[in-house]
Amino acid sequence: MCTLEQRGRVFVLTLTGDGEHRLGHALISSLRSAVASAAEAAAKAGPGSALVTVGEGRFFSNGLDIGWAGTSRARLGELVDALRPLAADLLALPMPTVAALTGHASAGGFLLALCHDYRIMRGDRGVLYMSEVDIGLPLPPYFGAVLRAKITSANALRDVALRGKKVKAAEGKEMGIVDAVYPSAAETAAEAFKFAEQLAARKWNGGVYASIRMSMFPEACRSVGIVEESDEEKRKHFASKL
Amino acid sequence: MATGNLCAVERRGRVHVITLTGAGEHRLGPALFSAIRSAVAALRAAPGDGAGAGALVLAAEGKFFCNGYDLAWARAGPSPADRISAMRAAFRALLADLLALPMPTVAAVTGHAAGSGCALALAHDAVVMRASRGFLYMSEVDAGIKVAGFVGELLREKVPDAVARRDLLMEGRKMTAAEASRRGIVDAAVDGEVEDVVAAAVAVAEDLAARGWDGETVAEIRKVTWPALWSKVNDYGGEAPARPRL
Repeated sequence: MCTLEQRGRVFVLTLTGDGEHRLGHALISSLRSAVASAAEAAAKAGPGSALVTVGEGRFFSNGLDIGWAGTSRARLGELVDALRPLAADLLALPMPTVAALTGHASAGGFLLALCHDYRIMRGDRGVLYMSEVDIGLPLPPYFGAVLRAKITSANALRDVALRGKKVKAAEGKEMGIVDAVYPSAAETAAEAFKFAEQLAARKWNGGVYASIRMSMFPEACRSVGIVEESDEEKRKHFASKL
Repeated sequence: MATGNLCAVERRGRVHVITLTGAGEHRLGPALFSAIRSAVAALRAAPGDGAGAGALVLAAEGKFFCNGYDLAWARAGPSPADRISAMRAAFRALLADLLALPMPTVAAVTGHAAGSGCALALAHDAVVMRASRGFLYMSEVDAGIKVAGFVGELLREKVPDAVARRDLLMEGRKMTAAEASRRGIVDAAVDGEVEDVVAAAVAVAEDLAARGWDGETVAEIRKVTWPALWSKVNDYGGEAPARPRL
């Protein structure tokens, strides 16, 4: 379902296989384990790590496993609830995160990509697509919160959420959703890894990095269930650094 | 407390210029916070000259606009945590003063602006920045220091673009005036020396002052424009002006 490898200071999380990497209980669980392992390993290694997430084949992820959910609202609700803590894991991860978009990212898959700090995407094919409006499904509240946090141009947000726009890489860059575009899947993956290495080389303290990330998106963090750190706790940390 | 050796106040037409004096880093410690707040309070209390509220420019001498909190002062005390608290409270009070100021405000970023110094610049209504030298730098991520809630709020409201804000805060990017201007973080990049940047800021301020706006209206509109930041700082400062109203 997924693998985690460590290459130097960069953790590479791969959604394996040629399928759609649909987010069902099993895959979500595996991803959460992998992300937790990366955080643990990074804590032992000291400052200066980064995560790259990539999907094999034609998809980054095509979203929740609605095939498994079928017509069962209860099952769909379960999947929506199961994805939320994975989003929280990523938004709270004590290291920089890069999504290497070598394939399509739709709905829940697009959400996961947005939960990363940076998005590097192939320009020759593949789209980012919030498909809910087309399928006739509402956006869970935490999806809305993450979209609002990461897509701050009102028109871009409208096009993604309300218009079901299939966003290609170049357009995504203009909309502020994609950070860099490369001509092929291989180059995208390679450059994403290189960029992650550069971020790791900054040797940022993971806890501080995560704290700063969360101070940028407090609403989204609350929405996925992350407990906000108080200013009092931050002040004590500041004092301990002097 | 004497403001004399920390900041200077002068009038240029309708514009009040507060300059952080000296060749140092203009670190924000209790003395400098007090000096700036006194200077700002004096503007509030000054009688109107019938031509409208005027405008404020905050500028600095030397290589630095403001390089952040006075960490040396914090370290030197018996309880650094308390001193950090004091600086944060003073910063919130200064931000409240600026948000409630009954006249437009312009920051002349004449040199490096880092950490709380960068936030201070962005708290103004308009920002002009020296093109040839100096960075905006949210140094916290590199220094390993967490960002307080009210500073996060200031950045969210003043740098609404998620990508620009991420680059500034999470990447610890040192932004030149050209980049900051292109990305909408500052209003203009100004060529030349410190005096040229100040002159440009004064020109922007003079244009704003020439609109003859009612000062209280400016303050109220500003509070409604940045409501989240205002709500995080307004119990620390920003007292209503002392001058009588007809």
